[in-house]
Amino acid sequence: MKRNYLLLILIIIFLVYLGRLARGLNPYFYQILVFWGINSILAMSLNLINGFAGQFSIGHAGFMAVGGYFSSALSVYHGERFISLLNFLPLNIAQIVVFFVFLLLGGLFSAILGLIVGIPTLRLKGDYLAIATLGFGEIVRVTILNLDIVGGPRGFPGIPQRTDLSWVIFWFIICLLVIRNIIFSSHGRAIISIREDEIASETMGINTTFYKVLAFIIGAFFAGIAGGLFAHYLMMLHPSSFTFFRSVEILLMIVLGGMGSITGSILGAFILTVLPEALRGFTYLRLVIYSIILIGIMLLRPQGIMGGKEFSPLIIKKIYARVKENENTRSK
Amino acid sequence: MENVIQQILNGISLGSIYALIALGYTMVYGILRLINFAHGDIYMMGAFLGYFALGLWNFSFPIGLLFAMGGAAVLGIIIERFAYRPLRLAPRISLLITAIGVSFLLENLMVLWVGASPRPFPQKIPLQIYFIGDIVVTNRQIIIVLVSITLMFLLQFIVLKTKVGKAMRAVSFDKETALMMGIDIDKVISLTFAIGSSLAAAAGVLVGLYFNKIDPYMGVMPGLKAFVAAVLGGIGIIPGAMLGGFILGIAEVLVSAFISSTVRDAVAFVILILILLIRPSGILGKYMREKV
Amino acid sequence: MRILEVSNLSCAFGGLMAVANLDFYVEEKEILGIIGPNGAGKTTVFNLITGFYPPLRGEIIFKGKNIERLKPYEITRLGIARTFQNPRLFKQLTVMDNVRIAMHKVHNVHILDTLLRGSKFLEEEKIQEEKAREILEFFHLYERRDEIAQNLPYGEQRRLEIARAMATNPILLLLDEPAAGMNPYEAKELINLISYIRDKFNITIILIEHHMEVVMEICERIIVLDYGMKIAEGKPEEIRNNPKVIEAYLGREEESVIS
Ligand SMILES: Nc1ncnc2c1ncn2[C@@H]1O[C@H](COP(=O)(O)OP(=O)(O)OP(=O)(O)O)[C@@H](O)[C@H]1O
Ligand SMILES: [Mg+2]
Repeated sequence: MKRNYLLLILIIIFLVYLGRLARGLNPYFYQILVFWGINSILAMSLNLINGFAGQFSIGHAGFMAVGGYFSSALSVYHGERFISLLNFLPLNIAQIVVFFVFLLLGGLFSAILGLIVGIPTLRLKGDYLAIATLGFGEIVRVTILNLDIVGGPRGFPGIPQRTDLSWVIFWFIICLLVIRNIIFSSHGRAIISIREDEIASETMGINTTFYKVLAFIIGAFFAGIAGGLFAHYLMMLHPSSFTFFRSVEILLMIVLGGMGSITGSILGAFILTVLPEALRGFTYLRLVIYSIILIGIMLLRPQGIMGGKEFSPLIIKKIYARVKENENTRSK
Repeated sequence: MENVIQQILNGISLGSIYALIALGYTMVYGILRLINFAHGDIYMMGAFLGYFALGLWNFSFPIGLLFAMGGAAVLGIIIERFAYRPLRLAPRISLLITAIGVSFLLENLMVLWVGASPRPFPQKIPLQIYFIGDIVVTNRQIIIVLVSITLMFLLQFIVLKTKVGKAMRAVSFDKETALMMGIDIDKVISLTFAIGSSLAAAAGVLVGLYFNKIDPYMGVMPGLKAFVAAVLGGIGIIPGAMLGGFILGIAEVLVSAFISSTVRDAVAFVILILILLIRPSGILGKYMREKV
Repeated sequence: MRILEVSNLSCAFGGLMAVANLDFYVEEKEILGIIGPNGAGKTTVFNLITGFYPPLRGEIIFKGKNIERLKPYEITRLGIARTFQNPRLFKQLTVMDNVRIAMHKVHNVHILDTLLRGSKFLEEEKIQEEKAREILEFFHLYERRDEIAQNLPYGEQRRLEIARAMATNPILLLLDEPAAGMNPYEAKELINLISYIRDKFNITIILIEHHMEVVMEICERIIVLDYGMKIAEGKPEEIRNNPKVIEAYLGREEESVIS
């Protein structure tokens, strides 16, 4: 058990270190990796809500915006002060600590909002929930447009650049582990059962409201983190980054990869990070292609590329073990 | 006080636009239990059809209006036939995602074709302004309200008095039974899309006339807001859609006049969340408990 | 001892009284049958007991506790399990997962322990899997454990639904037409299974059923509903010869011939 933790920590450190090394890469390539990581976090967290809990939320950009703006506002208005408070540490360590805390606060703020929005709206079914979450996203955007302290419609410049590939890898792993560990557990099965049949789930003694809200909060938290990473990479934010289009883009990632597949989300995020690059200069053609993909998948392969399955070495091992076991019982 | 009355009058014009769009939402929802996300874009397409008819081909206003309505009806039928019908047995979520896809497709195809920047709408009807005391009313406002109300009455007549209307009500009440009674469900659904789309197109042309500006994204917000109007009045209920449309239009105009015009776009969504919490069935709706 | 006591229970949909002033009770370890023509309100009674519909008025007392205001999941946790007239399995999940989900309340590890994959978590997962295996073996479904629920033949789906209900560890089990759609042979097997469950797990059962042979054979007591009201109550042989019951069924039969 202890060894497993140690191994995990070593792996994380190694991957984060890899992020360091990647600085030597071509900056364009580096940026694509950063965006892939951020998009993966967004997609995995939305997948928890849509793909696993089966609650159709299309306001993810709203949570991303909340986390991004909140952590950025902290960085811009309080960053220097907190860093100087930690003057007993070397400057770069102090920056890391403060950034980590601000990012976390951004995620938490987004999660709290998720709670406030989730409790009333998650009583709604399917398409009503969709509209309510969409409405939430719009309310967030309109609110930001009216908040002078974060620049309103002019955008919010002057955010320090703190995000690098190492940070993205770190949060990517945390998000992956949290969602995976929840899904493959009693709690996760409870969440999935809501998607399958909410009434039956309730009959199994599952507090469906609690689990829906839980999925919503965790999803909102990681969307907020992704927003913070995004902001501290680009060094500025603009409300136009968080429109309904952004939510649909995230939705497209999970639809493409397959609802209810974590690895599918990562794959979908990859495709939607690279595709716009391939179609650079054809903004509207790109959007047309997005829409055709969206419709095409629904008509031809609604389960997405991964079809709700996971790709992982562990699964292969499991299947292998099962086969072995069957052989054994047969030979007996 | 005059100012309030003035704003309410403006709200009624805006509200009748929302009401026209909301009718399509409500009809489609009543029959397919689908939020047709592309409906707002059909309204946009209607506006552009009107733009071509009036500006390029120089049709008169009534003919242009009818042309736009007819074109949108065909578009609605095509969308239903090729994007929604194959998914009728699929999970609702697939249908919803497809609808979002169709909406994006229409918007961005139009951008590819005509560009994203707004265009002035051909002003076939010269503006006239009437004063009643301090209150200003334009002939365009009057036209909008009159055309809308006429269309709504026409719709009510179709739904309540004609055979097609009866078939539509039967299908929306219980599909299986309707099928057993020999109703051609596919035909009824096509027809519903046709009617809903043509009403949205009418709204599009009227908005072009009123605000004198159209663009490929013009349908996004009004589309969402009209949906809110439909929910507010009670989704699936035709008079509810009208009521919801007028209430929303007036509320929005009042808020932007007396509070702040920047929060205007949030009004609809705040109303939506409130109504869903307080009375999810809408003002005129009856509460239906889900059968276990 | 009376494990469940229902008094003056009513429920209406619009103008329709689906259940009207209903009184009945169930003794511990009893198998109680509820019969009645289509639309008599039988399923509605189950939905009221399990908290899916709020009663218009009346009381439902389970083990001395009022439960009519509780939520469905709370009622399950108190020890009432049910199946549905139209099976509501978790269709896309495996047979094993269907049963494990039902054990949710029994084995629940703190979310932090789950996240960290602590030793408590691993232990509980193992116990849960073991118990799920026991249940599946009891219902002869263990061989099918990795199959997707919706791919099972209909009879096995119904059996899985009962297995899943039993996995919640109930004291009282409500079965809504478990033999519907079964041939006489399968129905016979089901009768045996139901009485066996009662004896083996020491539970009380309420059974809604249209197959008269099933009801007459295994129920100790039967109540008859018509238009939401109780029109008869008694031992199977008393019910069989009760003129009111015969009339309720025959009267309705004619209608159903017409429609
Ligand atoms: N959620 C609901 N909304 C409206 N009416 C309902 C609802 N649930 C049940 N009813 C009505 O209540 C009456 C009793 O229904 P119920 O399902 O309890 O009958 P039942 O005795 O189980 O019949 P069956 O033998 O057909 O299963 C019926 O007329 C039914 O239509
Ligand atoms: Mg029933």
